[in-house]
Amino acid sequence: MTESTPPATSTTSPASPVTSTTSPADLSVSVNGERRSVAAGTTLDALVAGLTSAHSGVAAAVNEAVVPRGRWAATALAGGDRVEVLTAVQGG
Amino acid sequence: MSDDLFTLGSTTFSSRLIMGTGGAPGLEVLERALIASGTELTTVAMRRLDPTVQGSVLSVLDRLGIRVLPNTAGCFTAGEAVLTARLAREALGTDWVKLEVVADERTLLPDPVELLDAAETLVDDGFTVLPYTNDDPVLARKLQDVGCAAVMPLGSPIGSGLGIRNPHNFQLITEQARVPVILDAGAGTASDAALAMELGCAAVMLASAVTRAQEPELMAAAMRHAVDGGRLAYRAGRIPRRYFAEASSPVDGRAVLDPERPAF
Repeated sequence: MTESTPPATSTTSPASPVTSTTSPADLSVSVNGERRSVAAGTTLDALVAGLTSAHSGVAAAVNEAVVPRGRWAATALAGGDRVEVLTAVQGG
Repeated sequence: MSDDLFTLGSTTFSSRLIMGTGGAPGLEVLERALIASGTELTTVAMRRLDPTVQGSVLSVLDRLGIRVLPNTAGCFTAGEAVLTARLAREALGTDWVKLEVVADERTLLPDPVELLDAAETLVDDGFTVLPYTNDDPVLARKLQDVGCAAVMPLGSPIGSGLGIRNPHNFQLITEQARVPVILDAGAGTASDAALAMELGCAAVMLASAVTRAQEPELMAAAMRHAVDGGRLAYRAGRIPRRYFAEASSPVDGRAVLDPERPAF
């Protein structure tokens, strides 16, 4: 996903100490609020698979937009993307 | 009560007790309480996936055949709530949402402006919207008018156990409602649930009263009976309140006795 607006944080700034230690092909993204480095071309599908093996009960948003599960494999992450991966927990 | 079904949206339930899952000390305790409650509809919250967490509330609900109702707890703006509802729809395959948009963490009272805004957006987006609202008859009517499938006024703040603080408002809400009115939040014990039903609520939603009780399974059973009892009382029609006594034994036919000569 590409961003239409600059990220609110400095996590994707070229001067960021985190991105400076990664290879040029790596991207810095935020996953559930935590900065992490992923290889360029990483898809949302692969990212979520690294968090859970569950095939249902999970949803993802990239930059505050829901990405339907059917599009995860075709959704390549871009530097600065903010990914939220949610599931159901006890509540209410 | 199989002859008195509860219809919400296009779905019919025989239980009028909607349970929450928050506050339970563990999934095993929760499961026993859910069974004892007889509930057929139960809420969950949407949170960031934690790979270290073992067990899932979803598998419990799935095993028990209970329909899952995602909420938007923790949202403070219409935008957050709408996105959370859409994520829940994607994750859980349901277009039902218990809509919560609260104003602050201290009271957890609904923000009426954000709530109405989110409700309208989600109804337009095809959701069956069940909004947690203030015990305000005007707001309840407006939520109904934008197409909510029910209104869920709070009896008192979430988790407070203070019962229904304004029964008169509940009566005003239930009298004008064309959609089910569901007590949401505040029930502390069985009499609170019974009172809600006696005031004309179609159902009761609660969590803490059961999950944080000393014996959750027992309290769940108590709530189930209270909801059924209150519903029966509502349907039966209570007697009017009177200032003075009205004898229940007949006046005519009494023996004529000399009050000056008692038998003892």
